[in-house]
This record gives sequence, C-alpha cells and structure tokens, in this order.
Amino acid sequence: MSYDRRKFLKMAGAAGACVAAAPAGAAGTAASLDGPAVLVDTTLCISCRACEAACAEFNQLPAPPETPEGGFPGRRETSTTAFTVVNRGADAGANGEPRYAKQQCLHCLHPACASACPVRALEKTPEGPVVYHADLCMGCRYCMVACPFGIPKYEYEKAIPYVRKCTFCFERQQRGQAPSCTSVCPTGALKFGKRSALLDEARRRVYGEGSRYVAHIYGERESGGTSWLYITDVPFESLGLKAVGETSPTQLTETALNAVPLVMTLWPPLLMGLYAFAHQGRTAHTPQHPEEV
Amino acid sequence: MASLTLPPAVKPWLRDHLLMGLAPREYVRSLVNPWDLFAMVVFAIGVPIYIGRFIFGLGAVTNLSQTTPWGLWIGFDMLCGVALAAGGFTLAAAVHVFGLERYHSVVKPAVLTGFLGYLFAVLGLLADLGQPWRVWYPLAISWGTTSVMFEVGWCVALYTTVLFLEFSPALLSWLGLGKLGQKLARLTVALTVVGVMLSTLHQSSLGSLFLLAPGRIHPLWYSPMIPVLFFISAIAAGLSMVIVESSLSHRVFRDRLGRVEHDLSPLVLGLGRAAALVLFSLFFLKLQALVASHRLDLLATPLGAWYLVELLGFVGLPCALFAFGVRRAHVGLVRVAAAIAVVGVVVHRLNVSLVAFDYALPVRYVPSWMEVAVSIALVTALIQTFRFIVNRMPILGDESAPHS
Repeated sequence: MSYDRRKFLKMAGAAGACVAAAPAGAAGTAASLDGPAVLVDTTLCISCRACEAACAEFNQLPAPPETPEGGFPGRRETSTTAFTVVNRGADAGANGEPRYAKQQCLHCLHPACASACPVRALEKTPEGPVVYHADLCMGCRYCMVACPFGIPKYEYEKAIPYVRKCTFCFERQQRGQAPSCTSVCPTGALKFGKRSALLDEARRRVYGEGSRYVAHIYGERESGGTSWLYITDVPFESLGLKAVGETSPTQLTETALNAVPLVMTLWPPLLMGLYAFAHQGRTAHTPQHPEEV
Repeated sequence: MASLTLPPAVKPWLRDHLLMGLAPREYVRSLVNPWDLFAMVVFAIGVPIYIGRFIFGLGAVTNLSQTTPWGLWIGFDMLCGVALAAGGFTLAAAVHVFGLERYHSVVKPAVLTGFLGYLFAVLGLLADLGQPWRVWYPLAISWGTTSVMFEVGWCVALYTTVLFLEFSPALLSWLGLGKLGQKLARLTVALTVVGVMLSTLHQSSLGSLFLLAPGRIHPLWYSPMIPVLFFISAIAAGLSMVIVESSLSHRVFRDRLGRVEHDLSPLVLGLGRAAALVLFSLFFLKLQALVASHRLDLLATPLGAWYLVELLGFVGLPCALFAFGVRRAHVGLVRVAAAIAVVGVVVHRLNVSLVAFDYALPVRYVPSWMEVAVSIALVTALIQTFRFIVNRMPILGDESAPHS
C-alpha cells in the first residue's frame, strides 16, 4: 500500500515535484480520519502503569522503573527508551484523588511530523497510525521541530541514530489486535475503538447528566484532530496536555509550498523579459546573443 | 616505476598553479604569517572534532537535546551561511539580467563567495545530520513532497551546482582549459535566471521551515510572513556581504586586481543605495509582521527589547547609515552600514532558530564549545579556500588576463 503511494508520488514528481506537493499535502484518507483511536478517561486511571510495562515489552525497551514511595518527583518525559509515560497531574480531581495522564504519540489526523519529513520516513498510514521507516531516515530532526507535542525523540548518543516514538502498535493492529497498552488497562481508562464511536462515547460522558468533566475533548480538534482523545475533570494544562490550537500544522506550510510552482513558472519568463528589456539595442556589444540564451 | 616520477613539465606547472610561482620552501615560509598560523590552530582544533562527531555521535559533541533538535550548525552554518551567500544571485541578476554592466568586476567574487558559502553550509549540514551518508535520499530514494525541507534540499543541491557552473570558467582557465570555460560562459544568462528562481525559492523556504511550529516560536518572531522576511533580508545580506567582501579583497589582494580600475567607491555607493532600499522595505515588512502578530504587549518583555534591538539596531540603523552615506558619498560610512547589516542578518537567523525557538523552556540551549569550534573552523576554511582560489584563478582581475 505504502509502496504504491510512494511509487505514484515518484511518478508525479517526475512530472513536476512541486506540483505534486498540493495533492500529497491533502493527506488523510477516509479510513485514517475515522481510524483506530483511544479514549483516555483520566478519571479512571489509577496509575498502575501496566500500559508502560506492556509498551516496553512489545517494543523491546528496558522495563520501566518502579514507582518510588510517594510517586515520581517531577514530570517524566517520553524518551528513546520509553514510548509512553504516566504522569501525575498538578491538580487533584473529585474527592481529592490525584489525576494521571498517559503520554505518548497522539497519532494526529494530519501529522506535522509526516508532512515535515523530507524522505517520508514518517508516514501517516492509510490505516491511521503514524509509523517510522528507519531505513529512510537521514536524521534531519525536522519532525522534532514540527511536532507540537514534542513526541519524536532522537538517539543522540549513538553513532548511527534513529528517531524513536510510539507506533500505535501498528504491527499488532495489522494482526487485528489492540495496541499493547490499551489491551492491559485494568480500569477501562484506555478504551480502544473507532474514533467516531469513541467521540460519541466521550460526549456522552462529558455532557451527560451530573457530569463532572471539563467540557472539552482534548484531541477532537487539537492540531487538526488526533487519534488519542482525553477527557478529565481537572484543567487539561495541569495534566501536561498543552493548548496547541486547532490549526493543523500541515496547512501552515501548504500555503508556502503552493507558491513554489508559481515561482517556477513565472520567474524565468519574467527575468528573460527584463533581460530583453535591459539589452535592447545592446546585443552588438555584449557577448551573449539572444539566440544563445 | 617510471610512471611514478613526475614528467618534467609537471613541476613548473605545479609551481605556477599551486605554489604561486614560489619554490616549495619559499611557499611554506610564506605561510608563516599571523593569519595562516591562526587558521592552522583553528583547523587543529576543529577538524578532529568534525571527524570525531561522525565516530562518537552528535551527543558526544553537541548540546542538542530532545527539546532543542536544531542548534548552531543549522542556525548559523546553514541559515546564516546561505543568507550571506545571496550576493551571488543578486549580483549575477543585476549584471547579467538587468544589464548593470558597471558592477561586472564584483560579480565573479560574489559568485565565488556564494559557491563557497553553500559548499561550507552543506559541510555544516553534514555534521548536523544524524546519518549524513543518506543526505542524497531526498533527491533519489524517497520524495517527501509535502516537506519544506524537501524543497530546500532540492533547491540547495541544484543551486550549488549552478554556482559551481558559474564559477567553473575561472577554474577551467586555471587548468588550461580556457576554451571549454568560454563555452560554459555562454550559459551565463540561462544559469543566472535559473539561479534567481532557485534562490527565490530556497532563501524564502529556509524561513518557511519554521511556519509549522507556531506554538514553539516566540510570537514576535513567528509570522506567516517569515518566508518573505527571509528572502528580502537575504538580498540585503547578499548586497552588504558584497560590499564587505569587495572592500576587504581590494586591500588584501591588491596585486591580483590587474587592469581593473582601482577606485571601488562608485560601486560601493551604488550597492549601498540598493541595500538602503532593500533594508527600507525590510524594515516596513517587519513592522507589518509585528503589527499583524497582535502582540505588541510583548515588546515590554526582555525578549521584546531584544526584538527592538534587532529591528532598530540591525535593520533601521544600517538602512539609515546606507542612505546617509550614499547621499554624502561617504564610502566609509557605507562600509560600516554593510558590516552592521551582515551582523544583523546573522542576529535575525539566530533569533528565529535559537532564541525565539522554544523560548519558554526552563533550560535553554547554549552551543557547546565543540559546536562553536566546528563553526569557526568552517568559516575559516571558507576564507582560506577563497584566498587559495583568488590567488590562483582569474576572479578579481580583468577576465582576459589570467594569472601567468
């Protein structure tokens, strides 16, 4: 599937690399817009961190550290060896219970990282997950600049480094299995399913009678929409879920890239016109005759 | 075995072409001067670090982090290097397309500066890439057509080739292949047109790279107009760089000027007039971007003050000095303005890529001494290569009188 798309783009590119930019920029098939998603209900999370352990096991990463007495001091970040971490929020929820939020790649509907990658090493699969083709990556790290959530991590310490991040267990999903993190969640805090169905479910919980939830579904529109959706009863910022705006970052560069074919088409004739204008009646003195141009 | 001994004709050729007509011993002695010794010290430090980076990885050499993926090598070597090399396409367009023949004598050095600027920017990029041996992947293996970086990569690769072709008549003449060089020189107008097109694209796109990170760049520096600001400031940088470089060359390479008129003043004043106009446009474009950001309140913060320094001190001030200097025919003042404008573009590029980027982080990126050492070594290598070429090939003098 991805091969065919790549091949098509190569052919399209041969006809005019930059003209192809516009159709390719409108990435996101019907499947990936309503693809697999996860609803994170932070009011149900007890921070057992089974998701972290399952993630590490499936991705062959070092086992996550045990929770120290009294919890981890400060926020933890995802890293090249931990694709997901559960953090305790700054604010407590109902009954003074702490709130936790699991952090990982949100698998945007229009991922900035994939649109930024000059070699398509990061790819929004038609199925939905944003995956990484290590064999293509040249290590420019533009994906790290692009990601509004700071998710791609780089193996700076290695002589042959790669980008590392959550892949939404794409291989497991291909086999019809749920991602490893959601499949081990004992409380239902992580619910795996179709995005449209989970949005309905989230709305029921958030706007239902007697709801204590904050009236917002994080990920519904954030950064153009993400596959991971969060609901909570504390301020989202306190869980490390930053306000990133609703504009899809891919739109921001599309405008600039759309100018490319214009410049390529208009500049040469314009400049040649200026040349002809500036050299009127001067051909006899200059070494460049018009027919040589 | 006989093939290993040099044919008799080669030795004098080497002496004339490489050693500037000096005997090997004399040539080595000529290298014992403050500047060349300084360069050797810089290389002794920078080259091992540059090589070591490929063996030990980016982490061992740089202060890059998960939150700061781009540092000095992108912010300075790439962004500033390419902007300061813009004199190549600006002057080539002025002379070969717009027919401003009186600037003819500064085109070749401007094109050479441009070519070397791109060459060493790419060397800096190679150090920065995690897997530099894959640098050609965007050209041949996998096309990320939605990426601004993809466009920049193609344009830089093509334009570096164009600059090399524009410079090659001088190289071929040095190699005794002047006829071939003359044939290539016929392509000048076509190459210039392609060069202006490619430069328009990637000079602006180096700014567009930052368009998709609105949340991570300080609102005073983030603007949908970033591509336009990068392009216009690159032209200002290119013109100013030509003034600085030609003024320095005129002193350093006095013996290489041949029959070219020795009075640079009219050219400097003409370039200064152009630079004043370009900086004038840039100043008001920046004001537009500032007003459109709707964040004038941020001017009262420390970063806001630094923004005003950039706007007034490094765009407004050189613009005024250029205009005043040209009006009073004060060449020295124009040169001062050019130097400030060159520094100003460096300040702008570093502001966008390093200062304004992730400005709210508690721990800010500061380049390691090794990153600085590599950048200094690359600039020094550029200057040394420029000297090597100017001292041997017909760059500064009358083109019909190659060095003999």
